[in-house]
Amino acid sequence: MHDIITEIWQTARRNKLRTTLTGFAVAWGIFMIIVLLGAGNGLINATMKMNGDFLTNSMEVDGGWTSMPYKGLKEGRDIQLNVKDLEATRTEFTENIDEVGANYFTSGTASYGENYMNIRIAGVHPVHTKIVKEHMLCGRFINDIDLKERRKVIVLGDNQAKELEPKDYKTLLGKYIKVGDISFKVVGIYKSRGEGNGRAYSSYTAIKSIYGADTPSLGSIEFTFKGLTSEDANEAFEKDYRRRLNGMHQIHPEDDRGIWIWNNYAQSQQMEKGIDIIHTFLWVIGLFTLLSGIVGVSNIMLITVKERTHEFGIRKAIGAKPWSILRLIIVESVIITTLFGYVGMLCGVLANEYMDATLGHEVTDLGVEKLTLFVNPTVGLDVCIEATLVMVIAGTIAGLIPAYKASRIRPIEALRAD
Amino acid sequence: MIHLKDINKTYQGAQPLHVLKGISLDIEKGEFVSIMGASGSGKSTLLNILGILDNYDSGSYELAGTPIWNLSERKAAEYRNKMIGFIFQSFNLISFKTAVENVELPLFYQGVSRKKRHQMAMEYLDKLGLADWAEHYPNELSGGQKQRVAIARALITRPQIILADEPTGALDSKTSVEVMQLLKKLNQEDGMTIVVVTHESGVANETNKIVHIKDGVIGQIEENLDHNASPFGSSGLMK
Repeated sequence: MHDIITEIWQTARRNKLRTTLTGFAVAWGIFMIIVLLGAGNGLINATMKMNGDFLTNSMEVDGGWTSMPYKGLKEGRDIQLNVKDLEATRTEFTENIDEVGANYFTSGTASYGENYMNIRIAGVHPVHTKIVKEHMLCGRFINDIDLKERRKVIVLGDNQAKELEPKDYKTLLGKYIKVGDISFKVVGIYKSRGEGNGRAYSSYTAIKSIYGADTPSLGSIEFTFKGLTSEDANEAFEKDYRRRLNGMHQIHPEDDRGIWIWNNYAQSQQMEKGIDIIHTFLWVIGLFTLLSGIVGVSNIMLITVKERTHEFGIRKAIGAKPWSILRLIIVESVIITTLFGYVGMLCGVLANEYMDATLGHEVTDLGVEKLTLFVNPTVGLDVCIEATLVMVIAGTIAGLIPAYKASRIRPIEALRAD
Repeated sequence: MIHLKDINKTYQGAQPLHVLKGISLDIEKGEFVSIMGASGSGKSTLLNILGILDNYDSGSYELAGTPIWNLSERKAAEYRNKMIGFIFQSFNLISFKTAVENVELPLFYQGVSRKKRHQMAMEYLDKLGLADWAEHYPNELSGGQKQRVAIARALITRPQIILADEPTGALDSKTSVEVMQLLKKLNQEDGMTIVVVTHESGVANETNKIVHIKDGVIGQIEENLDHNASPFGSSGLMK
């Protein structure tokens, strides 16, 4: 092996330009594919992160407006969910529906000392934080006891907390704030998603009994489900569920506007499909980039073999067997592509790290929403190594044909070549 | 050592060229033979066949008791490596290898260890007075030095026979004389069998037997033991 390495070192040193060109083609191919996949991953990760806070196995249900006349009733009716819907949701679909909760929204002016602001409060069940993950900065979320005892507790977003107590918002924890005339105890502060003032959470029973006691409307229903593993099962369940609710409100069974269902599962399915498409697209471009590298390598291998025919003739005249010529060419090609592939891989990884350090932490402010364009724009080491391997193997195969020819050429012809 | 019987060789092409027309030749061990002829006479083809670099169409060729016919590339390479030492007109040294590495190369293909072959190569270079030039690349050597490196490379495997194709063709007259003296010495002192192909009668005159070849047939074989008989041979002047 030492001899072969020496041989390769000698030829590489003697043919600097050729070696550099080969190396560049290889390194560039690998570099590009890694940077490309890294950027793609960054984009995908950002999307996933943004949507990762929503539980995929959940649905949110609200009343809408009917779009079909049914049983003598006109279309365009305003539908509001009531306790019966909640009961049906809770008891009739136990096979699939796991935890059920309801939301009731209200708004008012919240004040703390001299500071006050308009605030939107969602009365929720504890299950809400499973469906929409709120990241608690301090304190806790609404719990079962709050619900049972109709406790007037409130969980603020940090944006709101900062407005009400600009000095140190965390000191609000345990204090009472006023919403209208009613005092609420701050039990927790969560990380706002950056959308305006956001909303505060309270227990569903408290909010409903204070602000919605006189209406049959229940607000909206949300629940988690289980056992719906396929898209078809999910769709069938949604249809069943809608039919049941439609029946209770005298809505046409086929009307899908009367009850508004936000199916997180279907949403996430669609997103996953989108991500898959991006992924495939990136790989295709990446592979084509790699292909250009491979073509570069094989091209240069072709020239190399042509250029060295005379030398191979000499080697054969003094006793080189065809196999030793073939081996020389192939090992040389493998070592050079591996070496430069490694360099390209290293550069690609470094570029990704740079991208991570700069773009990865850049937050684009869209006014209503803060958006991170890139999250962790890197590629796994396995992908890097795979790409390099593909390059090496393909480069070798491409070099194999001219190498084989060179190894078969008669020494007399090879010696005549110049 | 070499037995050629009725060797025929035709180059196929648009117009087939019958280059060797029934060559029969015997060369014994320890002989110093030259093959002389004008260009196109078939002498180089004959040498290539002797060196197993080329095939012949019909006839028989035996080298040191081994019949040479229809060999695989692998086998041919092995025979070339073990039995034959080549000296070429254009030296055919590998340009990116130093003198000593060039000399080592045949041993590399025999699988001799790095240390051993380096030691042997240095020994042979020393013998040819090139020890100081061992680490130089061919383009840093003079023509005579290059040819001596090539001779060292040919000798290192201790071949049965040395085949030299116009060994002085690219050298000036002074170095030509030196190279021929060297070959002569190898023949006389080590009993090496040497076949030289040339078109220069001065070179041929240095050998003990001159085989004249013309239009693919052997014309005349003359014994040439008195090297000063011919005017070319006097005072070693060859050109």
